[in-house]
Amino acid sequence: MREKILAFIEKNSRIDLDEIGRSLGVDRVTVMNELEAMEDEHIICGYPTMIDWDKAGIEKVTALIEVRVTPQRAMGFDKVAERIYRYPEVDAVYLISGGFDFMVTIEGRTLREVSQFVSEKLSTIDTVLSTKTNFILKKYKDHGMIMVGPSKDERVMMA
Amino acid sequence: MREPLSKTISTIKPSGIRKFFDVVSEMPDAISLGVGEPDFDTPWHIRDEGIRALEQGKTFYTSNAGLKELKKEIAEYLSRRFDLTYDFSDEIMVTVGGSEAIDIALRAMLDPGDEVLIPEPSYVSYTPCTVLAGGVPVPIPLKAENEFRLTPQELKDAITPKTKILILPFPNNPTGAVMEKSDLEAIKDIIIDNDLFVVSDEIYAELTYLGKHTSIAGLPGMRERTVLINGFSKAFAMTGWRLGYACAPEHILKQMLKIHQFCIMCAPTNSQYAAIEALKNGDEDVESMREEYNVRRKFLMDCFKDMGLDCFEPFGAFYIFPSIQKFNMTSDEFATRFLREKKVAVVPGNAFGDSGEGFIRISYAYSLSDLKVAIGRLREFVEDLGKEM
Repeated sequence: MREKILAFIEKNSRIDLDEIGRSLGVDRVTVMNELEAMEDEHIICGYPTMIDWDKAGIEKVTALIEVRVTPQRAMGFDKVAERIYRYPEVDAVYLISGGFDFMVTIEGRTLREVSQFVSEKLSTIDTVLSTKTNFILKKYKDHGMIMVGPSKDERVMMA
Repeated sequence: MREPLSKTISTIKPSGIRKFFDVVSEMPDAISLGVGEPDFDTPWHIRDEGIRALEQGKTFYTSNAGLKELKKEIAEYLSRRFDLTYDFSDEIMVTVGGSEAIDIALRAMLDPGDEVLIPEPSYVSYTPCTVLAGGVPVPIPLKAENEFRLTPQELKDAITPKTKILILPFPNNPTGAVMEKSDLEAIKDIIIDNDLFVVSDEIYAELTYLGKHTSIAGLPGMRERTVLINGFSKAFAMTGWRLGYACAPEHILKQMLKIHQFCIMCAPTNSQYAAIEALKNGDEDVESMREEYNVRRKFLMDCFKDMGLDCFEPFGAFYIFPSIQKFNMTSDEFATRFLREKKVAVVPGNAFGDSGEGFIRISYAYSLSDLKVAIGRLREFVEDLGKEM
């Protein structure tokens, strides 16, 4: 049941609980209890919202930053990661296999704001060896959602 | 000038609700619960194969019966899903939608004057196709009290010495009715004893919400007297690709293929390539769409119960067929007023045969959020009508 509930709310966190209940053959209270339990267990970590900031007329820039670091003795990468993810400007931090160590995403209002953060905060962390900043030019799809408006229903009525 | 038209075509009535649909199309702000095709786009991997076929220049005719690989996949699919055994080489043909299959099955099997039993309410093409094939349509009015299933008695009562074919349109458009295995077993001997043939239109087979769909062709003694019709439109959300298929014993299929060969040549080539992908890798898509329809179906049933609208629980297709008899108006009046007063289009039940009078067809091939808006308006309308009474 948990997996199904999670699949539903991953797609739509505002889904009507009756709807999930109907699909699983249980009542909404059962679904709600299960959700609360999963929130307590931190299986559900939050309910953020997908926003097309462009469409809202608000300028935002997102950068994907490849970071190479020296792992610290006894603590590996986790300690370094924490020093990065504690910054509120940082949106996401992933440990990556391959040519670099962390993928860091940062959202800012302007290019300058983001580059300033990279040059002043991120690159100055003493274990950080190098950074490579990739600015996102356009978002086509995010979190499984295609970022274009819903298409018009062109179906016609016939019997 | 002499009459340009044949006597036959002149006897075929145009769809009675054309006028109603014309009104709908003139109301751009109306919302609809009237459409009879899936709201899902064809799953991308299937579309992608269609595109790839075009890119690779697969733009030629296929053999008349369809691509061998597709027929093999159809045979595999029918066995996997419905325990049916058909030989891909001479018992399966690919058609332009299920609609073509209905037409050519009737044309291949009917002589002038042969009677065709058509359970109603049902899809609108069986009657005209029967007439065009020289047959005589004999409607069997089904009843809400039987959940619009065909009962043995209803079948027996309709059979005459001229009866040749029974059309079995289940899961049913517009009622959403299904025939379960026990229902089919109950009519099987009547079909065999009276030496009838069955044209089984199972286009909605994948959309059943009560266990697995049973095909009458799988019952002992029925395979040799059944033309099975299915297709990709409803199961895989592929209406616009125009692709269906027919399965029948070789001696019947061969003659259907003759008509197909002269009238159609072959089904669209790139659609056939896309369909191979659908059958190979589409089971999960079908399942997730079915689950989504089922949630909507349960939502609507709850709403109808809540607003006191009489309705049997339909277990197939994506339609609900509530009764509006208690409002003392015809289906047409109800649908027309609902459209004018609340700007929601539904299809009056009599569009699907006289026995559909007193009902409306509500399609749930719409997103839940659209359904919620539309059903909210239905609730208001039903309350308004309650006050008038």
